[in-house]
Amino acid sequence: MNNNVNPSVLAMRDTGPSPEAEITRDIVKRGLIAAPVLIGASWLIWGDAGAWSSAYGLGLVLCNFMIAAGLVATTARISYALMMAATLFGYILRLGVVALAVMLVRNEPWVDLVALGLTLIVTHLGLLFWEMRFISASLAFPGLRPAVVTPTTVSPDSFSQESASA
Amino acid sequence: MEALATIARIAAEAGDAVVDPATAKNTAAAASAGYAYGLAAIGPGIGIGIIFGKAIESMARQPEAAGMVRTTMFLGVAFTEALALIGFVAFILLKFA
Repeated sequence: MNNNVNPSVLAMRDTGPSPEAEITRDIVKRGLIAAPVLIGASWLIWGDAGAWSSAYGLGLVLCNFMIAAGLVATTARISYALMMAATLFGYILRLGVVALAVMLVRNEPWVDLVALGLTLIVTHLGLLFWEMRFISASLAFPGLRPAVVTPTTVSPDSFSQESASA
Repeated sequence: MEALATIARIAAEAGDAVVDPATAKNTAAAASAGYAYGLAAIGPGIGIGIIFGKAIESMARQPEAAGMVRTTMFLGVAFTEALALIGFVAFILLKFA
């Protein structure tokens, strides 16, 4: 057990731009690009119910990403400890919301559960892999990165100095 | 005492009842689905905890790398969540499809 970790890390926060929001914006953009192809493929396989189910599933996945990013981005500005707590409880909360959203519509005539379930998995993983390829490339070749993210981490010491000078 | 006798009578009647194979199959599928969903949610929960713990440790050691750490952390969390989603989809397909 080494003690190189800053003991006041739980009070640290990040006031810079949020990379999660940027990632989610990209994912939503790509999801909207892929939506016609996905919905069309579902329509060909499962008919109208498949198309509606795929659209609903895609909406659920994109909302899930946006809520996750919003939670992390908002709480990181307050403190890293809150960010960790919000994300762990947010995981349970979002899982419950997705389950509730599916349970509410499962008996509707326009829902095909197989299409909906497959869309949830394929869209979630597909969009992540698509985004990961971009992120990997921009981390390996920083010149490819569209905008430089420069986060500002505020430690409790600097925060108290700011308060004292104010 | 009377309530206990009622419970015993209901249990005895249930024991004598012949279970339809289709009902038994549905009951087993529902129980399996519940276990699948519950077990599938445990692993990602542990995984997300580890990812966040390590990310916070990394940001504490190198605050200047916080942006990169948060980027990879967010993607890692999203990939881990996919496991829970797969469990949930297995649940709804076993239970309702």
